[in-house]
Amino acid sequence: MSSLSRDDVVHLAGLARIDLSDAELDKMVGELSVILESVAKVQEAGADDVPPMSHPMPLTNVTRPDEVRPSLEVEDALAMAPASELQRFSVPRILSED
Amino acid sequence: MSTDITRASAAEIADVLARREASAAEVTQAHLDRIAAVDGEVHAFLHVDAEGALAAARDIDRRRAAGEELHVMAGVPIAVKDVMATKGLPTTCGSKILQGWIPPYDATLVRRLRAAGMPILGKTNMDEFAMGSSTEHSAYGPTRNPWDLERIPGGSGGGSSAAVAAFEAPLAIGTDTGGSIRQPAAVTGTVGTKPTYGGVSRFGLVALASSLDQAGPCSRTVLDAALLHSVIGGHDPLDSTSIDAPAPPVVEAARHGDVKGMRIGVVKELGGEGYQPGVRARFDESVKLLVDAGAEVVEVSCPSFDYALAAYYLILPSEASSNLAKFDAMRYGLRVLPEGVDDPSAEQVMAATRDAGFGDEVKRRIILGTYALSSGYYDAYYGQAQKVRTLISRDFNAAFEKVDVLLSPTAPTTAFRLGEKLDDPMAMYLNDIATIPANLAGVPGMSLPSGLAEEDGLPTGIQILAPATEDARLYRVGAVLEKLLVDRWGGPLLTQAPVLTAKGA
Repeated sequence: MSSLSRDDVVHLAGLARIDLSDAELDKMVGELSVILESVAKVQEAGADDVPPMSHPMPLTNVTRPDEVRPSLEVEDALAMAPASELQRFSVPRILSED
Repeated sequence: MSTDITRASAAEIADVLARREASAAEVTQAHLDRIAAVDGEVHAFLHVDAEGALAAARDIDRRRAAGEELHVMAGVPIAVKDVMATKGLPTTCGSKILQGWIPPYDATLVRRLRAAGMPILGKTNMDEFAMGSSTEHSAYGPTRNPWDLERIPGGSGGGSSAAVAAFEAPLAIGTDTGGSIRQPAAVTGTVGTKPTYGGVSRFGLVALASSLDQAGPCSRTVLDAALLHSVIGGHDPLDSTSIDAPAPPVVEAARHGDVKGMRIGVVKELGGEGYQPGVRARFDESVKLLVDAGAEVVEVSCPSFDYALAAYYLILPSEASSNLAKFDAMRYGLRVLPEGVDDPSAEQVMAATRDAGFGDEVKRRIILGTYALSSGYYDAYYGQAQKVRTLISRDFNAAFEKVDVLLSPTAPTTAFRLGEKLDDPMAMYLNDIATIPANLAGVPGMSLPSGLAEEDGLPTGIQILAPATEDARLYRVGAVLEKLLVDRWGGPLLTQAPVLTAKGA
């Protein structure tokens, strides 16, 4: 498997919404390549016909009765928000003006 | 109190309280005093809640005086890893991104501690979002090992293991995603159990990797771990992966340990090359003690375990990259505006905040997980890791057809020096090589002290693994081994730990 280039890490950091500095990018390229090389070992395990396992317990559709139960008060939910207004979370702009 | 109550086990404290030889307030105060004396050096706690703990203790004293029927653990104080949501108490997960965050609700596990009347002394230090094996990745500085303050206390739950080892708390809560309860227990000479996946509710546990995370007890004795396990275990409708069955009979098992006729497997793949000689020597000695006690020991091979570390470091980052997406600077936690940008967008604020708020290891794993899940690489990495997970689970199933429990050293080495592996992620990851398979398969595991390594005089741990939902077997075997070892040592291992110099003493 190919190792990661600096551009790859820039792209991944963008997908992960982490604004890495140049120094962080330089450091991470080398570290991630070493880790990737090591974890690529999973490809050596003969597992072609083996089903994937996503979870230790084979559970499907755990449901509860559709009943109203107490939930957080609005002020409790907003208490730790970076900013709030009119009983809502206040966030930076989502769209650009143009 | 004539003797130092902080040296007592949780079971002994519970007895003292039930006999009214000491009040819960006195016991709690004694532990707060101990924290004040030694935690400047150990740094096991990120937050100490003296007022809240004493109020809870006084409430128990009042109810006991009124003749109320109380839980057996009522009044026994406890420390809680800072990854569990505690209403009214800061919960940071060792991260700057959650600095000062006070949850509006209690985790189910915390609710159960409070319902049992256990005063919460405070929140313990950890690697940021539980990513690490040394607590050095905490944004608030590392915890130090009470056996040697220049060494790591394990991780991610090094704060909980150190608090218990330094007699700052008789009990603590840990969480174990790849060994974060068991490895810290091993390197601090304490006991820790990772219950069967789904055995303890994850509601209110800030998720690292949801299919691997499991909370459990940290203590100084096997019985104490069982007592705490039974307080926090059992079904919770708020966690859809919680096992819908009563908590396993762990306390009975710990009280009536017996290995006569038991079949015990030593895992061939966990314990050879790469394991420190002193760790191996203490392990072999423990195995021999169990044989002498009537157990039948055989070697068992689990060939797929050789791929466990690689599979884990794909599955965990993949799940973590998704779980940690919620730290987006919008609803709680840090919000940082990018420099030099007029009227920044939500996405720019998010990216600036996540760069400022997450530490290096968290960023590494998020980006690794993002890669493993990205289109074009998914099958080769995440998909393949999931197949390996099946193979590991099959290895466990095959092994447990032959034996009742499995044994291995808990960690390949004793506590290493602070800073020694900080700049080498792969070397750090190797600390969890023996503990990871249990998380991948969901089976329960316990670490208990096996002695001191001859070459450095530091604690070593032995790991017991059992089939899913058979947690009681860990305690059955652990209790026997603990008794045999303590008899051999002439007292608990921790009595051999150096005395911490109390501040101002």
